[in-house]
Amino acid sequence: MRNNPETGMTLIVKTITRLTVGLILLFGIYIILHGHLSPGGGFAGGVIVALSFVHLMLAFGKDIAVSRVSKNLASNLESIGALMFLSIALLGFLGGSFFLNILPKGTPFNLFSAGIIPLCNIAIGIKVGVGLFAIFLALVVLERSK
Amino acid sequence: MELHILLIFMIFAAIVAIEVKDLLSSVIAVGAVGFALCLAFLVLKAPDLAITQLVVEILCLIILIRATINKDLPLVIEGRWVFNTLSTLGFIAVFLLFSWLALRELPRFGEPIMEVVKKYLQEGVSKTGAVNIVTAVILDFRAYDTLGEATVLFTSVIGIMAILRRPGRKKNNEK
Amino acid sequence: MLYFLCLILFCVGLYGVLRKRNLVKMIIGLGIMEYAMNLFFVLLGYRFDGRAPIYAKDQEILNMVDPLPQALVLTSIVIGLGVTALVISIAVRIYEKYGTFDITKIKRLKG
Repeated sequence: MRNNPETGMTLIVKTITRLTVGLILLFGIYIILHGHLSPGGGFAGGVIVALSFVHLMLAFGKDIAVSRVSKNLASNLESIGALMFLSIALLGFLGGSFFLNILPKGTPFNLFSAGIIPLCNIAIGIKVGVGLFAIFLALVVLERSK
Repeated sequence: MELHILLIFMIFAAIVAIEVKDLLSSVIAVGAVGFALCLAFLVLKAPDLAITQLVVEILCLIILIRATINKDLPLVIEGRWVFNTLSTLGFIAVFLLFSWLALRELPRFGEPIMEVVKKYLQEGVSKTGAVNIVTAVILDFRAYDTLGEATVLFTSVIGIMAILRRPGRKKNNEK
Repeated sequence: MLYFLCLILFCVGLYGVLRKRNLVKMIIGLGIMEYAMNLFFVLLGYRFDGRAPIYAKDQEILNMVDPLPQALVLTSIVIGLGVTALVISIAVRIYEKYGTFDITKIKRLKG
């Protein structure tokens, strides 16, 4: 993240953003991964991940954020999330029906438990986060290109 | 008791958001309604909803402010003021009448009907292994809802991309 | 009483949608209606002295609140964000084309 004084906000905002944006991303991933043990889950964690990129874009201008995640990459990642969720659902046919929980359950209160639920949470988190970031990217980039 | 205070605060903030002239102040008043709703979810013992409402409200505010900044509208005095207001109040009166009739059939506050959920609460941990029952419901017992929600979000993203695209030009500014 | 306050909040949003002539005010009214409906669903599932529907490690929890409306509202919130973003993008496009948010000034909508 170079310091380009023409784009984005002031130096204070840029310094604080450089310190906090990684923590926000990490907190979003934590919320996604612990969705079956504590409050949270794929929806909330995905929105937090999207907010970290929005934070980056607001502080540094749109060029740096676009250089990290371009619009094509965002579209591809969202499709990957949707296909992952659907394929997990189709995997249930191995056991007999749609959305059947075929993986071993594990012991409760462990991180690796509850069968397909953490995988579904990860898929939904990717899909929601990248989808909302794509919405914001479209609102910012395409509106200004007159 | 605190729920009453929160709801009355939400009603006042909503009236301010509808009636104030400046668009930016109006958007900020909507933010007040959303954060009060987040607190109300926390009081109603729904921490999942509180987290989701908080972050969704922040993103919604950013989008609304981004759309309405520097775009103000001069005050317009319209002609058929009385007719419009009376018809709107008529709609609201009909709605309140029917909702008053429907409220008698609902269960009282604090004593829900828990017919379906009893089975989920008993078998939730043993069947899915997830200790968060809300996650167990949305991703295992009722996963079709989540699939439909993912479809709706995907359609929304496609619609926004199609609406905001510059028409008739091959090379966009996005590269 | 709580249900009725929630319905009054819904009516404020309905008034905004029907009465206002600014597109952003109508979107705000739509958002307020959505908040009121979400709150109504969660109010239906509340139980006196209830606990959040998450099991704890060392204690037995018997009086949980109803988790089913919470699961339905959780999807509804994210859908509401998508709907708001879509409507906002349509409003931005209208502003670019006509230069106003006033719905009575947009007269060329027919042809």
